Amino acid sequence: MAEPRRLTPARLAQRYGRWLLPVSILLFLGLWQLLSAPGGLPAFILPSPVQFLTRFGQVLADGSLLRHLAVTLLEVLVGLAAGVSSATLIGYLLAKSRLLEKLIAPYLVASQAVPIVAIAPLLVIWFGPGLFSKMLVCALIVFFPVLVNTIVGLRAVPENLRDVMHSMRATPAQMLRYLEIPAALPVLLGGLRIGATLSVIGAVVGEFVASNRGLGFLINVGRGQYDTALVFVAIFALICLALSLYGLVVLLEKRLLAWQQRS
Amino acid sequence: MTAPQRDPILSVRDLSLTFRGENGGLHVLDGINFEVCPQDFCCVLGPSGSGKSTLLRVLAGLLRPTAGEVAFCGSAEKPRIGLVFQQANLMPWRTALENITLPLELQGVPLEEARSRAREMIQLMGLEGFENTWPRDLSGGMAQRVAIARAFIQQPDLLLLDEPFGSLDALTRERMGAELLQIWQERQITVIMVTHSISEALLLSDRVLVFTPRPARITLDLEVDLPRPRSEDLRYTARFGELSRRLRAAIQES
Ligand SMILES: Nc1ncnc2c1ncn2[C@@H]1O[C@H](COP(=O)(O)OP(=O)(O)O)[C@@H](O)[C@H]1O
Ligand SMILES: [Mg+2]
Repeated sequence: MAEPRRLTPARLAQRYGRWLLPVSILLFLGLWQLLSAPGGLPAFILPSPVQFLTRFGQVLADGSLLRHLAVTLLEVLVGLAAGVSSATLIGYLLAKSRLLEKLIAPYLVASQAVPIVAIAPLLVIWFGPGLFSKMLVCALIVFFPVLVNTIVGLRAVPENLRDVMHSMRATPAQMLRYLEIPAALPVLLGGLRIGATLSVIGAVVGEFVASNRGLGFLINVGRGQYDTALVFVAIFALICLALSLYGLVVLLEKRLLAWQQRS
Repeated sequence: MTAPQRDPILSVRDLSLTFRGENGGLHVLDGINFEVCPQDFCCVLGPSGSGKSTLLRVLAGLLRPTAGEVAFCGSAEKPRIGLVFQQANLMPWRTALENITLPLELQGVPLEEARSRAREMIQLMGLEGFENTWPRDLSGGMAQRVAIARAFIQQPDLLLLDEPFGSLDALTRERMGAELLQIWQERQITVIMVTHSISEALLLSDRVLVFTPRPARITLDLEVDLPRPRSEDLRYTARFGELSRRLRAAIQES
């Protein structure tokens, strides 16, 4: 048998690459089980994988997990939609008018200096503890990165392509549809990708402040009752939510930006 | 070609243009006068930086002149203008075919009709098989063919070409020149083309305008009376040599 000369890390990774992730997950679970085994850390500090799975099964079976997940999902989606659409609209106006940008930009930048965690209680005082204040927190946290990306994207539309469109007598509306939107799309989608994960953070922050529903609320309940397994379940659900949203945007990018990919 | 007296399609009168800027701005065009008749093929020669591209941009309506006027006459009062640059300037998110249909889509032509007309252009330009290729995967010559097809498909009253073959290698350049000539003859359109190459100008055009360095004036307006159809062999005739000497002299003394 001809053994390869030497197994460098790169060669190892190439050979056994597809085993890497499953093995690391198994190691992680093993370590977790070891730490939380009888004689290790107590369950209110670190529940064992088995305890986690049991609790997961319980809240899944009684429907409470999905109910809270649905509430958070609703807040995230509405907040994201509101944040993205207002940021895109205002970004378009700012990209078109230097004057408007000079006028408004200082306020926008200053608003970013205030951490969202500090504003969230204020929003709850103003708009009550219902869903609306959470959607607002989501929208606010999403707003700025999407706004910046919109402006950057629209400003980066190549001047020579503008000339092409002008020479074909394109109207301003056609300019937007056939040139500006597609040219800015890669950057716009980048903003959406950041926004999607941020808006999950926004929803949870809002729910922490005051709520009786949602995954953030579930975490609060678990913490109050030293039901750490429940906190783990809620966090796991949040991770899944954020990853799915992120994945959806990536999928959207793959579809819409096929022209950028190497063939 | 002994042309009968024809009415011009385009007349440029006392055209001047100054780009605004420090100490009086940049005076680029200085009293340009010329007329172009329908179906003429007209070349513009001149040192680089003299204002040739600027002239085309004024003609295309992308720039407003400081003084003078550009008048389109007769049937073409609101003319359709096709513009081709040195770079293909294709929309990278549209396939070759979609780039060619773009001007028709902007005019509101139904997509199906636009597609079938674009397929004709694809054939005419020898682009078969590249319909669904993204611009990033096209070679320079192919991309420029798409750009020319995009300009042609709107059946322009006036086709403006700004060093369209400038970024291509010499062989591709000659072949594209010959193809352009053929389409020009078939479709009977009016062309103004900026070029750096004296022989390209002589092989293609009915007339050559020579620009002085900035601010540009027309220093020579030369009729090219070489017989058509033209081929590369014309290069070795005495008449070609004489015209080419006159052009070179005009460029050098200006
Ligand atoms: N938009 C503009 N603003 C200011 N100066 C310009 C602009 N466009 C071109 N110029 C200047 O005008 C001169 C002529 O340019 P151009 O018409 O491109 O020359 P050519 O095509 O003959 O090489 C150049 O010096 C160029 O720098
Ligand atoms: Mg030029």
